[in-house]
Amino acid sequence: MSNINFLKPDRTNLNTFLYLGSFLFFISILDVFLNSFFRLNLTGFLPNFLSFLLPLILGFVGLYFIRIEYSGIKNLDLLNKHINTNNFNAVLSLLIIFIIIKSLPPILSWFVIDASFAGDTKDVCTGSGACWTYIKVWMRRFMYGMYPNAEQWRINLSFVALVLLGSVGYFATDKFKKYLTLYYVVIYPLIAFLFIFFFISGGPVFFDFSYGIIAAILSIIIGFFIPSKFKFYYFLIIPLALYVILKYFLFFEEYIELGKLDGLNWVETGAWGGLSLTFIISFFCLIFCFPIGMAFALGRRSEFPLIRYISVGFIEFWRGVPLITVLFMSAVMFPMFLPEDFFIDKLVRAIIAISLFEAAYVAEVIRGGLQALPRGQYEAAKSLGMGYWKMHIFVILPQALKLVIPGIANTFLALVKDTPLIFVVGLLEIVGMLNLAKTNPKWLGFAMEGYVFAAIIFWIICYAMSKYSYNLEQKYKTDR
Amino acid sequence: MNFKLKDIVPQLITVLAVVLVFGFFTYNAQINMENRGIDFGYGFLSQESSFDVQFSLIEYDGSHSYFRAYLVGLLNTILVSVIGIIIATILGVIVGIARLSPNYLINKFAAFYVEFFRNIPLLLQIFFWYFAALRALPLPQDAEAMFGVFFLTIKGLYVPAFIWQNFNIFIYSIIAAIIAIIVIRAHAKKVQENQGKQIPVFLISIGLIFILPLLSFLIGGVRLSFEVPVLKQLATTSFIYEGGVSLPPELIALTLSLSLYTATFIAECVRAGIQGVGKGQKEAAASIGLTPNQVLKLVIMPQALRIIIPPTTNQYLNLTKNSSLAAAIAYPDLVLVFAGTALMQTGKAIEIVSITMFTYLTLSISISILMNWYNKKIAIQEK
Repeated sequence: MSNINFLKPDRTNLNTFLYLGSFLFFISILDVFLNSFFRLNLTGFLPNFLSFLLPLILGFVGLYFIRIEYSGIKNLDLLNKHINTNNFNAVLSLLIIFIIIKSLPPILSWFVIDASFAGDTKDVCTGSGACWTYIKVWMRRFMYGMYPNAEQWRINLSFVALVLLGSVGYFATDKFKKYLTLYYVVIYPLIAFLFIFFFISGGPVFFDFSYGIIAAILSIIIGFFIPSKFKFYYFLIIPLALYVILKYFLFFEEYIELGKLDGLNWVETGAWGGLSLTFIISFFCLIFCFPIGMAFALGRRSEFPLIRYISVGFIEFWRGVPLITVLFMSAVMFPMFLPEDFFIDKLVRAIIAISLFEAAYVAEVIRGGLQALPRGQYEAAKSLGMGYWKMHIFVILPQALKLVIPGIANTFLALVKDTPLIFVVGLLEIVGMLNLAKTNPKWLGFAMEGYVFAAIIFWIICYAMSKYSYNLEQKYKTDR
Repeated sequence: MNFKLKDIVPQLITVLAVVLVFGFFTYNAQINMENRGIDFGYGFLSQESSFDVQFSLIEYDGSHSYFRAYLVGLLNTILVSVIGIIIATILGVIVGIARLSPNYLINKFAAFYVEFFRNIPLLLQIFFWYFAALRALPLPQDAEAMFGVFFLTIKGLYVPAFIWQNFNIFIYSIIAAIIAIIVIRAHAKKVQENQGKQIPVFLISIGLIFILPLLSFLIGGVRLSFEVPVLKQLATTSFIYEGGVSLPPELIALTLSLSLYTATFIAECVRAGIQGVGKGQKEAAASIGLTPNQVLKLVIMPQALRIIIPPTTNQYLNLTKNSSLAAAIAYPDLVLVFAGTALMQTGKAIEIVSITMFTYLTLSISISILMNWYNKKIAIQEK
């Protein structure tokens, strides 16, 4: 054996350094582990200060000894490369390992070991851990708000139906693929709206708004057959005319009662709540904010100065104010702006407010995509004789939207995370219900459990969405 | 000029629609206000407000005007935003750099932090800190002192107060130091460009910023003493701290959650910025003999900053706007004081909501103008 210089580990004494180093490293981890899991203090005989720092010092020396470049041992090289490149990194790695070991037992015992799961009263929660009984008892409220227990199947059924209808895109054969966009943009939102209005709230089918929807859809479908020369004027007049015809000549008041489903009670929106309300609001805001945002993105890049200024003003206004003041506005200021006998439900008002707000963000994201497209695309489309709408629908927007998938996904994530703010208008989704449950005199003192539960749910939703958008981005990635 | 109908009609229709909608709203608002007997006007701002605010930076009580209440709320909003921006920037830069670390553990730890905090709604985080985490703190009488002078209790954080004498001289000395540093920097740049000599600007700056305020202590007559908070018994079970500065738990919960949340986004901006600088830049800089520090300072950072600053500005704006969530935990910010209490008392919905929105618009636009100016300054100057 050649002479050993302990300050300079090298390959010649590889085994000595390896055994010594890994032994020290192992001891330091073991010390922290025993200390944290079994409350044993191996180094208790040492002075307080030294006993506290000893694992760090031992681990540091151990890592220093095994930091040998090109040792020829695969695992050792990997370890050195990843956590042990230099002294600074070694200390940081040790600290992180210690923090993980130290924080595991308290977290585990709070979540699982000392937690209570059984029973349905507060009395079972005597341990120091979490009281999951509280969540269990309040589950229905957290999911459905004040929606009557006996009617909750309506929400479940609607959601299942909507998920099934929404997944049609995966099963569509090539023959039907070209109609998918039309389906998702026009038909699916309409079905969803009817489900929610007709089924979850139990309202009548024929009312003012549905004339508008029917008129819009009919005019779009007829619009496909109109020669493009007249299309512009067609869309100016026909939707309005259709609306008037539908409202005043085809449907009468007596149909309103006819359209109502038998046996479904009217559940007013004030009783909706919990996670299902989060989904409903996110869904509708998502559907509405996208076309509005697209319109304003195109408006901001329009050749007509007046349209451009109006779009810029709209976008900058909504982006400059916080959502909470927008909701305040929809709650206290908006009713002042409407005729006295005209009443808009507060859920609808909240959805309008959030949609307009998020639309401004969507508009900026889409504008980014439009600007990123090379001019050649516009010029090529124009040289083929395409008009403004044809060029945008078939050439520009498909490419631009593909580019901005991550940005749009981020905006939608922000939308989902903004839904708890509807407490301002008096609607209680899951976070609002938690705050309500927290103040119930029978269940005081379980704020932590509630917030952790909601955090886990939101985290799963948001993380899944961001992963999905990442996959989408990879799927549609095109090299240029 | 050839006016085409197709060019004019869309614009006319849009403008007409906007005018019609606004006209409709104004008309209804007038009728509604007439019916309810409310008159429109901003005169109420000078009336006595007769409500109290728990935490304010300027002197305020019920006898002051509504305008003063507005100022209190605005200053509280600015306070939270400024503290939040500072902490979020520091944390965000650290985490963003950690995300690029070759160390697997640090990298994953930072990634975990980012993925964890940015996927949970901010409001939920604020509630968590305020209603769950800070409620677990000890009562004032049980609190243990940190470093002997800080007391973290359920009623807030108590820190020593600075008691200054001749504070204005101290401020002047700092301003003088800053001006001197700017002048020296400009001079040093000129010298380097003309003669190629390097003046140790950094050392001189550090020296100046310490020495001038120190001089103000020695000869300017500035005195600084601390007032440590002291526990005082009010009744048998009621204790408070007297003296010092108390930071209410609302403020702590709000700044904590705002900065933890925003730092995740800033971290991503920083990471994207540093990754956005080509590897070749670093290698080229090293190959002409710059030291690693110079590479970072003169080559990497100027280019990375150009990518980092625009999205980070957006995050600052978001933080400022998100500070309005304070209303949910009763921190007296602009929304709670003005759009909440004042609106309830006066019933002037349109005026108050419009002032609040206008204020946020002004704040956002001024931050973005400032940042645009800075952005333009560091942008590539093509010749």
